[in-house]
Amino acid sequence: MAMNQHAVLRVVTKLLMPCILLFALYVQFHGEFGPGGGFQAGVIFGVGFVLYALIFGVGAARRVAPPGVLRGVLAGGVLLFTGVGIAGVLRGGSFLNYSVLSKDPLLGQEMGILLIEFGVGTTVAAAVITLFLIFAGQEQKE
Amino acid sequence: MINSQLPILQVMVPLLAASLCAILPFRRLTWLIALAASLAALAISLNLLVLVLNDGPISYALGDWAAPWGIEYRVDALSAFVLVLVSALGSIIMVFAPTSLAREIDADRVFLFHAMYLLNLAGLLGMAVTGDVFNLFVFLEISSLSSYVMIGLGRDRRALTAAFQYLIMGTVGATFYVIGVGMMYMMTGTLNMADLGTRLPEVAATRTVIAAMAFIVVGLGLKLAIVPLHFWLPNAYAYAPTVVSAFLAATATKVALYALLRIVFTVFGGPAMIGLPVDQILLVLAIVAMFGASAVAIYQTDAKRLLAYSSLAQIGYMVLGISFLSATGLTATIIHLFNHALMKGALFLALGCIYLRLGSVQIEKMAGLGRRMPWTMGAFVVGGLSLIGIPLTVGFISKWYLIQAALERGWWLVAALILLSSLLAVIYVWRVVEVAYFQAPSDDMLQLREAPAVMVVPVWVLAGANVYFGVNPQQTIRAAQSAAAALLGGGG
Repeated sequence: MAMNQHAVLRVVTKLLMPCILLFALYVQFHGEFGPGGGFQAGVIFGVGFVLYALIFGVGAARRVAPPGVLRGVLAGGVLLFTGVGIAGVLRGGSFLNYSVLSKDPLLGQEMGILLIEFGVGTTVAAAVITLFLIFAGQEQKE
Repeated sequence: MINSQLPILQVMVPLLAASLCAILPFRRLTWLIALAASLAALAISLNLLVLVLNDGPISYALGDWAAPWGIEYRVDALSAFVLVLVSALGSIIMVFAPTSLAREIDADRVFLFHAMYLLNLAGLLGMAVTGDVFNLFVFLEISSLSSYVMIGLGRDRRALTAAFQYLIMGTVGATFYVIGVGMMYMMTGTLNMADLGTRLPEVAATRTVIAAMAFIVVGLGLKLAIVPLHFWLPNAYAYAPTVVSAFLAATATKVALYALLRIVFTVFGGPAMIGLPVDQILLVLAIVAMFGASAVAIYQTDAKRLLAYSSLAQIGYMVLGISFLSATGLTATIIHLFNHALMKGALFLALGCIYLRLGSVQIEKMAGLGRRMPWTMGAFVVGGLSLIGIPLTVGFISKWYLIQAALERGWWLVAALILLSSLLAVIYVWRVVEVAYFQAPSDDMLQLREAPAVMVVPVWVLAGANVYFGVNPQQTIRAAQSAAAALLGGGG
């Protein structure tokens, strides 16, 4: 690919990648105190992969995130979200009641929100990456 | 304790099963999961129906947040009725599905079909169970998006354009709906249906609320395929895998109709409250649908398209029932909602059997099929008779109540039109029957065998239900009457 000649782009991308992914995790886990949360974090995390695919090619991105793994993460996030909801039911509350997740209601609420937001984040990230790779990979197939 | 959790389990069981299916790319295993989840959903909905009919509506607060603030799931007679209908049709179709899918979908995509079917089921059940207008939008999108995928999954490339067309129209519909919801929220500050029902009358005369109602009726009208908003439906049903056509025809439009009833009556307290002549508009559109769509159906050469157009006409009958604005009219709508699901379920599944053996559902190719596949065609005839409204089938009960509702209002002309449009159904059903029974089979059909029992039995369960509920309509009528009463009484 033509991008191979652009040393600046490749080096800057490599430098940026850890920052983008780390920032995504910051937005993810800081979401309960500041602006952010699972959806935004997931999009930022996904954008990291989009940038990687733009610079190093769709094939390289596919090797990092194969479709089977992406599908697993996609469904895994939903399972985590509903799992936390069902856990509330099993512990005698109603669906998505976090207070019953732990003996201390406050701790339970914190745990609950962190877990479901993580579920949202993973699903959104996988969805963004999947959508991009499908659209970007289109012309190679034909 | 488990009883109090039923409303949420109704949605979560299919949703969990859907994510499991997406992870496990084995079609046998995902089929078992899909079947088990459908049956579990059926058991839950039957329990809910019994509970609701005995003890009145059930309310469930998500996350234990009390009703107007948190999301409330609310099951009354009407929603329980729709829940049973959707999950029962889903279960029957899942028994039928594997053999039919093997013929119509690439083997490596079947597990995705199961995941999408379960998502669709979760969305439809969620629409029926929720008591929150925004939550209804979310479930509407879940069921819509998964149905676009299901339509596009087949081997027929034309299904892709049909799915795309549906995607555009469906998205416009969902957007209109959510615009309407936004306007209602602007005026009242609440999204809970019951709460909206009590707060809207104060602001009913404002232009915002009138516009909200207009947006929502058009938006749901698109999902429901009321006649001028129907252009996505014939292609989507005709090119989708037959199992998908059967499931969507039997459930998706029904749940959209449920949502329309719920919003117009529970939230807005009936069209009269807002001062928008929705009932008169619906009356005209319904009659256009009954005649126009039936007339187009007569000229179709593809049996699936024929049934798709006939669905449009049947949706016309359901909408006609709403436009009477009476308990009898709504009862007729709800009865026909149930009955039409039985008819179209049986008819589309019969076409699935025919496609399995014939590789086509072109009417001209079905010559002599009555002798080659007697059970399948028998079921098709029963479904067709029911579509026409012959006594002893469910179709008769629907028409009977519709005509009663028309006469109650003194609308003789409308009653006559209902009878006349049934004659059009005679013509298009006869076209298929004539070819299948009165034309000699071609030579290459001599090898043709009846479809396997695993497909014929589900078809006959539905065809039998057409007759059973036609002879014993008491349960349907009682459930529909209490559902209609809940709608009219539940305005506040």
